[in-house]
Amino acid sequence: MNDLATYNFAYLDEQTKRMIRRAILKAIAIPGYQVPFASREMPMPYGWGTGGVQVTASILGPDDVLKVIDQGADDTTNAVSIRAFFQKVANVAVTTKTVEATIIQTRHRIPEEPLKEGQTLVYQVPIPEPLRFLEPRETETRKMHALEEYGLMHVKLYEDISRNGHIATTYAYPVKVEGRYVMDPSPTPKFDNPKMHMSEALQLFGAGREKRIYAVPPFTEVVSLDFEDHPFEIQTFEKPCALCGAENVYLDEVVLDDRGGRMFVCSDTDHCEDRRAHGHAGSMLASTQHQRKEPAE
Amino acid sequence: MGTQSQIYAGAFADPVFAAQSVFRTLMDSFARPGTIGRLSTQSSPPSPLGNASGAVALTLCDQDTAVWLSPALAKSAVSQWIAFHTGACVTEAKDEARFAFFEKGAAVPGFDQFALGTQEYPDRSTTLVVEVEALTGGQPLVARGPGIKTEIVVAPKGLPDVFLDFWTANRAIFPRGIDLVLTAEDSVLCLPRTTKLERE
Ligand SMILES: [Zn+2]
Repeated sequence: MNDLATYNFAYLDEQTKRMIRRAILKAIAIPGYQVPFASREMPMPYGWGTGGVQVTASILGPDDVLKVIDQGADDTTNAVSIRAFFQKVANVAVTTKTVEATIIQTRHRIPEEPLKEGQTLVYQVPIPEPLRFLEPRETETRKMHALEEYGLMHVKLYEDISRNGHIATTYAYPVKVEGRYVMDPSPTPKFDNPKMHMSEALQLFGAGREKRIYAVPPFTEVVSLDFEDHPFEIQTFEKPCALCGAENVYLDEVVLDDRGGRMFVCSDTDHCEDRRAHGHAGSMLASTQHQRKEPAE
Repeated sequence: MGTQSQIYAGAFADPVFAAQSVFRTLMDSFARPGTIGRLSTQSSPPSPLGNASGAVALTLCDQDTAVWLSPALAKSAVSQWIAFHTGACVTEAKDEARFAFFEKGAAVPGFDQFALGTQEYPDRSTTLVVEVEALTGGQPLVARGPGIKTEIVVAPKGLPDVFLDFWTANRAIFPRGIDLVLTAEDSVLCLPRTTKLERE
């Protein structure tokens, strides 16, 4: 007997899966609305994406191909642990390639490669309530959603403008779904917000500690909140990726040495590797290749 | 088959993977309203509950979901079949049911008799599982809304004439409202409360 035999498929018991599955169907039927569910203890601490893990465990089947990313990368401790967990408890096929995955569990990024019909993006969400920092009481935020009272959220964004001259919120930038619910897109950079709009993929959000599941079906309107005189804008980067030369992608700063050397590279590691495999090279890659050649000349 | 053996037979042969597979078809079908999802796994509930409706019950119902049955289903062995295989209790109160099942040709009462949820908790609503004659070949209706790129034509056959009026009234109370699973043979067509339907 190996360890696997002692687990139910995908770790969760069938009753828990059924409860989460019912919550997912309601979430799809009411886009952007946070459906309460009875979150279970998972063999990993909160903050490790227990909400996303429970959603993935409830939808996953033997034919799925799973990709797990954390800050865009497949090789961080968090991503590696979750991927290994599902390999162990569901014996599921895994990949780092966005195009091959049927389910992508993510923390903090949406892949650069546009998602397709048949793919499901599962977000790990720490704080699902976009109004929480304005109003700590759940009964009150629920009322605000019920009555579509989102004025306070606009006031907060406008305070940003008067203080900074622009909307300073760069992560978890609130969106309105299908003209009705204001929703927290999870702590993804606002750079990724436009990717949620009319996506071909189904987007599911799981918050373990706060016990909420919500969803954005495919082909659903997702609009970032803004003002006529201060329209929503995504982050822009001055230079392309130093490794693959990609423009219009989200870049992370990488420190190269202790003398202030640094470069900006794709946060989406699969996208970067795929571009390099197809012959694209950024300034840093081109210059290191150049340097390597020099001694021979 | 005797009533007793009907009650104990007809569940999924491989419950864990069958429920996962049926759920994924339901999830995809709710995410893409108007598309027809074929269930890869069968159940064999007692007549007059259809196979696809039975599979939906086995996949989603349990002791936490009160189930309402149409008069004909309530009189049949279906009531005990659902109770035995899912643990769900059958209720006579439509507005307490999380799921409501209708056999082919059953009269469908106004959707507002079921649980519609509240403005604070619109998820506390009934999902209706209605078997129809066929999922195609009926009066064409144009569907629009989340999950549909532009529009899609649906034409379920065997819905009552008042269906469109019921559905339009249901759409008008969003975010409250019922959600609908239409079934026929081994397939489902799902309509979440967000879908707008109009005559072509
Ligand atoms: Zn790159």
